[in-house]
Amino acid sequence: MEPGKETYEVMELCLLAGKIMLQNGAETYRVEDTMERIAGYYNIGRPHSYVTPTGIIFSLDGVVPAKLIRIANRNTDLHKVTAANSISRKITNGELTSKEAYKQLQELEKQDLSYPFVIQLLAASISSGCFVIMFMGGWHDFLPALLCGGLGFTCFVYIHKLVEVKFFAEFLAAFVIGLAAFSLKAWGAGHEADKIIIGSVMPLVPGLLITNAVRDLMSGHLVSGLSKGADAFLTASAIGTGIAVVFSIF
Amino acid sequence: MIGQLITSFFATAGIGIIFNIPKKALVNCGIVGMVGWFIYVVLFENHFDPVIATLISAFFIAIMSQYYAKKYKMPVIIFSVAGMIPLVPGGMAYYAMRKFVENDYNEALQLAAKAFMLSGAIAVGIILSEVLNQTIKKINKNP
Repeated sequence: MEPGKETYEVMELCLLAGKIMLQNGAETYRVEDTMERIAGYYNIGRPHSYVTPTGIIFSLDGVVPAKLIRIANRNTDLHKVTAANSISRKITNGELTSKEAYKQLQELEKQDLSYPFVIQLLAASISSGCFVIMFMGGWHDFLPALLCGGLGFTCFVYIHKLVEVKFFAEFLAAFVIGLAAFSLKAWGAGHEADKIIIGSVMPLVPGLLITNAVRDLMSGHLVSGLSKGADAFLTASAIGTGIAVVFSIF
Repeated sequence: MIGQLITSFFATAGIGIIFNIPKKALVNCGIVGMVGWFIYVVLFENHFDPVIATLISAFFIAIMSQYYAKKYKMPVIIFSVAGMIPLVPGGMAYYAMRKFVENDYNEALQLAAKAFMLSGAIAVGIILSEVLNQTIKKINKNP
């Protein structure tokens, strides 16, 4: 049987949905599940997928050859994951045709759903300040942490735009945070440099990677789980090294 | 204590914004973080071991996230990821790093081991809640 045009469309649809979800920080299990559900709805061949953080291999059994797509850039945008998830739900409920869904996914891929930078910066600063209080610091260190956290986050975003290497951006951001915290303490504005640093570093912590690594390992996606774990470990080391360099200066 | 509750709410919601969680989920996200931190602090102040406190807190965070995920038809990670952040042993890792730089390896290794145990506790907490969730699903399917 010669595969019809529709078969290819379904395959592209599955791959695009999977790609968007994987690029923006969904768990491997969710990516595979979404692709299998969409393929299952159209009932063309048995879907097989192999998903790792850097690529997706997908085939519809015995109908069309397998297709591979490479994931080069990964970031954290849970809004897109949610949106792609609801589009796939609409497909399996029969509310969208494959063409409409594909168009919507393409639009979603191009859209920039992230909060404006100012709001992100504000969020990072406020949460840095709040973490100081949560980790038993005094209220007099709230403002210094607000400053350091904001500075660190700005540094991270801009350096990451400049240099593609994420670990370097994290390293430098942590370094700047440490430097700022010790300077503030030297000027008498901050009281406990330790608490300020811990609070300010928290927005950089690879929380999504850690949770995803655990969930992936648990659902049997060993390759993805281990590589995400390695990513989280490297990020944590980059932050730690940045702070360590500051220690060795002071 | 009230200060802890308020700050934990804003801290987790703030982390949520950095992860670009949709607006309508941000408040729930903050609530998950607040409850998780409240449980941790209460256990910690009642002289529970930090590892156990982290485990129980992570367990409840995961349970709440699963509840919200079902209610709002959104992926679970949206709710759980920000709530877990306060439990990450950032402070412990920091002091470990500091001792390493000061060449105090004995102390540093102890702290690093503790930080490792705490991260493990978060993982076990998530796993336990997942297992519970799946068991409930199975029992509901064939009683």
